Amino acid sequence: MSVALPAADISRALTRIAHEILERNEGATQITLLGIPTRGAHLAKRLAQIIATIEKVPLSEIAVGTLDITMHRDDLRLRAPRALMPTMIPPVGIESRHVILVDDVFFSGRTIRAALDALGEMGRPKSVQLAVLVDRGHRELPIRADFVGKNLPTAHSQSVKVHLTEIDGVDEVIIEDEVSA
Amino acid sequence: MTKYLLTGARLANNQQADVLISDGVIVGIGENISHPDATRASKIDVAGCKILPGLVDLHTHLREPGREDSETVHSASRAAAKGGFTAVSAMANTFPVADTAGVVEQVYRLGQSAGLVDVFPIGAVTQGIAGKALAELGAMAQSAARVRVFSDDGNCVFDPMVMRRALEYVKQFDGVIAQHAQEPTLTHGAQMNEGTISSILGLKGWPAVAEEAIIARDVLLVDHVKSRLHICHVTTAGGVEIIRWAKARGIEVTAEVTPHHLLLTDEMAKTYNPIFKVNPPLRTEADVMALREGLADGTIDIVATDHAPHPAEDKECEWQNAAFGMIGLETALSIVQKTMIDTALMTWETLAERMSTAPAKIGRYSAQGQGITLGSPAHVTVINPSQSWRVDRDLVSSRSRNTPFHGMELPGKIVATFFNGIPTVLDSRLVKAGNNG
Amino acid sequence: MRHLLSIADLNRADALSILDTAVELARISDAPVKKLPTLRGKTIVNLFFEDSTRTRISFEAAAKRLSADVINFSAKGSSVSKGESLKDTAQTLQAMGADAVIIRHSASGAAQWLADSHWIGGSVINAGDGTHEHPTQALLDAFTIRKHLGSTSGDLKGLHIAIVGDILHSRVARSNVLLLSLLGAEVTLVAPPTLLPMGVQTWPVKVSYDFDSVLPHVDAVMMLRVQQERMQDLFFPTAREYSHFFGLNRDRLSLMKKSSIIMHPGPMNRGLEITAECADSARSVIVEQVANGVSVRMAVLYLLLAGAQQEQGGLLA
Repeated sequence: MSVALPAADISRALTRIAHEILERNEGATQITLLGIPTRGAHLAKRLAQIIATIEKVPLSEIAVGTLDITMHRDDLRLRAPRALMPTMIPPVGIESRHVILVDDVFFSGRTIRAALDALGEMGRPKSVQLAVLVDRGHRELPIRADFVGKNLPTAHSQSVKVHLTEIDGVDEVIIEDEVSA
Repeated sequence: MTKYLLTGARLANNQQADVLISDGVIVGIGENISHPDATRASKIDVAGCKILPGLVDLHTHLREPGREDSETVHSASRAAAKGGFTAVSAMANTFPVADTAGVVEQVYRLGQSAGLVDVFPIGAVTQGIAGKALAELGAMAQSAARVRVFSDDGNCVFDPMVMRRALEYVKQFDGVIAQHAQEPTLTHGAQMNEGTISSILGLKGWPAVAEEAIIARDVLLVDHVKSRLHICHVTTAGGVEIIRWAKARGIEVTAEVTPHHLLLTDEMAKTYNPIFKVNPPLRTEADVMALREGLADGTIDIVATDHAPHPAEDKECEWQNAAFGMIGLETALSIVQKTMIDTALMTWETLAERMSTAPAKIGRYSAQGQGITLGSPAHVTVINPSQSWRVDRDLVSSRSRNTPFHGMELPGKIVATFFNGIPTVLDSRLVKAGNNG
Repeated sequence: MRHLLSIADLNRADALSILDTAVELARISDAPVKKLPTLRGKTIVNLFFEDSTRTRISFEAAAKRLSADVINFSAKGSSVSKGESLKDTAQTLQAMGADAVIIRHSASGAAQWLADSHWIGGSVINAGDGTHEHPTQALLDAFTIRKHLGSTSGDLKGLHIAIVGDILHSRVARSNVLLLSLLGAEVTLVAPPTLLPMGVQTWPVKVSYDFDSVLPHVDAVMMLRVQQERMQDLFFPTAREYSHFFGLNRDRLSLMKKSSIIMHPGPMNRGLEITAECADSARSVIVEQVANGVSVRMAVLYLLLAGAQQEQGGLLA
């Protein structure tokens, strides 16, 4: 096990992503941040906080919510059913907005595909962008991220875990060598 | 070969004794029998077994005539022999109903022609077992079948005036009315014992009082008219109590219990498997204990099977649409051993009384139930009490497979059955297909 | 978990996971596109041996919102009414490849019997069996109560619910008694003694014959349908007397707490167990129960049918 990203790096990465989002979308007024539960939801909240600070507006003016994609997964048949996580679309909605999907680890791309399906059923955003804390490669679908905290080249056998203080009590990204027991 | 010497076994009273059968009669009992036939007889080693008098069932549904798809007199006779019985009593609720001399004689002759057990027809009390007008009880009594037991089983003789007249009328030929005690208005549409389990399962309840009310009424009636009353398949603690009270008063009442009511409870209904649907219904643990106690102390005189075959389609359905009843001839003795002997509630000697002597006496079957005694007709059942066996519904001799004991490991394997001195079962296998088989 | 036959088969965590899932699915039901791809390619059969349009269309809507293919098999006018057995029907459905059978039957235990029979390989969902149970109705009732009176998550601890009327013949009551007490609510059954089952004292409930004394303390009152036919079987003397003692009317409404709600599984006998005034009052959540039924049934279908089933364990991985 090794720490690939300590707390300070996570914080710096998020701040950079926030700036990039604002730059790309010419401010925060047209964006809706949607985090993919569980950790993506917390990251979206943090991004909203950082953006509010940068823009010097109250946090309540940043549209942020969550998007659960469980019902759209393409691997439903392969595993036992999972509990649904909350989907909370902010009052401004997604119609004609720049929707920023936020997730912790970007891997096969299947989660994002499911998220795009879920979004499609809710309306028609002006654009959909993707922000991830870690991109570990091994894409299985033609999907790319717009904002990446850190590229982490990994082997397929390794696993990448994001720990956040809100859930895990600590901010860190670790790489584990999967030991087949 | 009509001479057999059974060696190495014990009698019901636990006496070590060989039994010599010659030309249909028991001619020797004891160790080192000196009878001249002893040397010529074929020797059957039944060491470790019990030799019991041939079992007599006072309550059997043979289904013929009318429902030969579920059972025939012949197939039931085979099942009976395999279960250690040498006599069965054919219940009257056939199609047509056995309410005339013609039908009872037909059943009687079918039994004779099968030739594996005595088949004693029971006559209906009322025409068409409809509870209204008396059937020709005298004609049935006088027929070749010599009917002495009358019952509308399946239905209760509900009208007290009809019951009174029937009890009075059968006195002229020493008959007995076997009552199916079930108050019909309290059991309309009933599915199982009424209690906590029926309430949870949402199955319409069959209150114990529906049985007990009729038992109470009828023991008072029979006391009034001084006749003979037999209560079929008692299932409740309250019923046992009423009969105990009646007997203490000297009232002429006898009663039976089925093997399944000695073992199974209404808990079984939780499976919604209609194999456990039976009339009267399986009751509670407390009732089961009271029935065992009643059978042990003689309040309940006999065990009767209420063998009730049904075709698969009548049991492979929703509980409330399924038929009532379970087969029992081939498992009866094992269940009684399990519930009464192995629990030390009863001796083998009492078992022989409850399953052979007493039922023959109630039915006035003079050639049956005479015990293992010198000069008696050789109706003999040999059981190995220490050998257990697994019930397999696919191996029953009955034409129907509706046994609630499928898969159960039961004690007591029937090794041999002799009917009139001829083996019908040897080495636990039917040896004689019967006259028309 | 493969089937939903009885509330008795659920533990507290199972029940809560169904309700929590239903909360999320209810949100989706408010979205412009109400369809989810989750059960695409699955075949669900509504096998109704008993008429119940409302339950059938509720299940049908739930299945269709999850993109399942729905086949309605009604006993009326089918081979079933010509005497075909449940076995033959089940084997036919199995041959058609049904992934789930939602069964409504007048015989208690029919759903369990079907599930235990091995005639079909798919899931069996009990949509009401005789006078036994109606688990999805209880789940939608609990969902409705939780939404109005409880926290959005968590159980029903501290709430007091009265179930009033023909408990004896009610599958809704049996399922609700089990579920509401499982979730920590205090349940009081209110009925004349003739309409209470034997052994009710062993149930996790209180029993009262006095509706008026119970009403001021309850947070929800659940009125059960009373069938006129029960009068012929002498369960109560007249409809008028029944209404007088056990019907919900204006006077009784005034005895209830301001925050309390009125429920009814439907269909209602207006004027018998509930007056129109009560049924249509602001406290009535009867219409909402119907809407919630779809979300709860979606949750059940999702949890039973999505994903590889595991023989052991709870509803969720």
